[in-house]
Amino acid sequence: MSVKTPSTLEKILASGQQAVTSEIGPPRSTDGAEIEHKANLIKDYVDAINVTDNQTSVVRLCSLAACIRLKQMGLEPVMQMTTRDRNRIAIQSDILGAASFGINNILCLTGDHQIFGDHAASANVFDLDSVQLLETVRLMRDEGKLMSGFDLPSRPNMFVGAAENPFAGPNVLVRAMRLAKKIKAGAEFIQTQCIYNIPKFKEWLKIAVDKGLTQKVHILAGITPFKSLGMARYMKSRVPGMDVPDNLIERLKGVPKEKQAEEGIRLAIEMMQELKGLNGVKGFHIMAIEWEEKVPELVKGAGLYPRPTA
Amino acid sequence: MIKATPKPLEEIIDYVKDFSNILIVGCDGCVTVCEAGGMKEAKILGSALRLYYTQAGKDHEVIETTVTRQCDKEYLAGIKDLVENADAVISLACGCGIQYLTEMYYHKIVFPGVNTHFMGINAERGRYEERCAGCGQCILASTGGICPIARCSKRMLNGPCGGSDNGKCEVNKDIPCAWHLIYERLEILGQLNRLEEPVSAKDWRTSRDGGPRVIIRDDLRKD
Ligand code: SF4
Ligand code: SF4
Repeated sequence: MSVKTPSTLEKILASGQQAVTSEIGPPRSTDGAEIEHKANLIKDYVDAINVTDNQTSVVRLCSLAACIRLKQMGLEPVMQMTTRDRNRIAIQSDILGAASFGINNILCLTGDHQIFGDHAASANVFDLDSVQLLETVRLMRDEGKLMSGFDLPSRPNMFVGAAENPFAGPNVLVRAMRLAKKIKAGAEFIQTQCIYNIPKFKEWLKIAVDKGLTQKVHILAGITPFKSLGMARYMKSRVPGMDVPDNLIERLKGVPKEKQAEEGIRLAIEMMQELKGLNGVKGFHIMAIEWEEKVPELVKGAGLYPRPTA
Repeated sequence: MIKATPKPLEEIIDYVKDFSNILIVGCDGCVTVCEAGGMKEAKILGSALRLYYTQAGKDHEVIETTVTRQCDKEYLAGIKDLVENADAVISLACGCGIQYLTEMYYHKIVFPGVNTHFMGINAERGRYEERCAGCGQCILASTGGICPIARCSKRMLNGPCGGSDNGKCEVNKDIPCAWHLIYERLEILGQLNRLEEPVSAKDWRTSRDGGPRVIIRDDLRKD
């Protein structure tokens, strides 16, 4: 896959090295310093930093502004963008704005339904979905056009990504078909949902390899370490599309409460070591939700430190 | 058909408490089928209002009637005298009927007696389910006959999303995931390959997003 954009993430992936991305959730305030603080905790251990877009439909400082801040710190942001809250006018406008600050990576998402967040009474938009957002960014970048057909005098130079959840319904085959669809729509990298069920992930990956999809897209395996038994149980029972096998719950149950966080990190590192060698896995996306300080330990533990200089 | 539910009695009493001469107009169409605004419901509401006025010690007159359809002027014209003699009218038709009655009797106070919800089917008595969002450009031919616009919580044209879980929607376990249903039907039809083809952005102008819609059928208008 040849390099098409100035994205550092794209360069590292194209060079064949394992990439590591992580993410930060912006604050529910105007406090930009918090973004800097979180970014400083992880910056030497990752190649790019995702900024979530009002994740779980809770209002936060916007992804675009947080990405600009990261850029001004000399870091490599991945702007997450959902289609839940913006129509195609706002979406394309934000993409142009992001590109004007040299933001070179975008992750195209549909987003969680607003019922999960702090504004359940809001109207949703869903003018586009994630697949159509991928098509939109590729149209703007590769053909220099807006959806209206307007010719852009300058193009957003973005490396284009999407998420995929191998564990959601109906089954791994359909999830692999959806991966194929996202690639057709323009996805160049994929960050997966948090992986806990490794056998199932391997099933999905095998279909992707057999379909030749892993030749066309860089798959970054999603990792979220458990902080506690309570978190593991919550993920298992309350988060739709999350697959936490019972043996992991049992393993956390087997250690005293004050040791569970440590066990969670150990478990995540073991999983990363197992996933690292798989054909088709090109790196990791670490979602250490409000636990950014643990990212260095995970990256080192998985043997992925130091990071390449691109 | 259009699905509605009766408004709570307290809300209706709050509308009409300062009036004493009330006409309740039901509709024999959709709202009769979903038992929200037919003659039966008009009578029930009428009895409740009479009881309220009696207990409040107020002189009153409450009359119940229905028309074949409140979305047709010919039928609305038939209740002219009744409307004119009332201080206030409660319409039990869907939101369309209520507004058409208002347009016909422009100087009369008209209150809604039902909440109008959606276009749906009668799954069983007392259970109605949405099926169509009236998008104006039907795509059922490519989605196995199941509408993702009305039935996917995120009206996705390229589902299922990552929240689809055991056939249920991420929003809650009582909602079947539309894209799971589409997948099952496409499999039966031998059209699973559709799930690999991106469906591009929809033109929402034929939907509500294009502004209030009007249909002009010249073939029907010529005489
Ligand atoms: S595609 Fe449009 S017209 Fe067809 S059922 Fe769905 S909302 Fe109704
Ligand atoms: S779970 Fe299914 S119905 Fe619900 S939003 Fe996702 S694709 Fe749509």
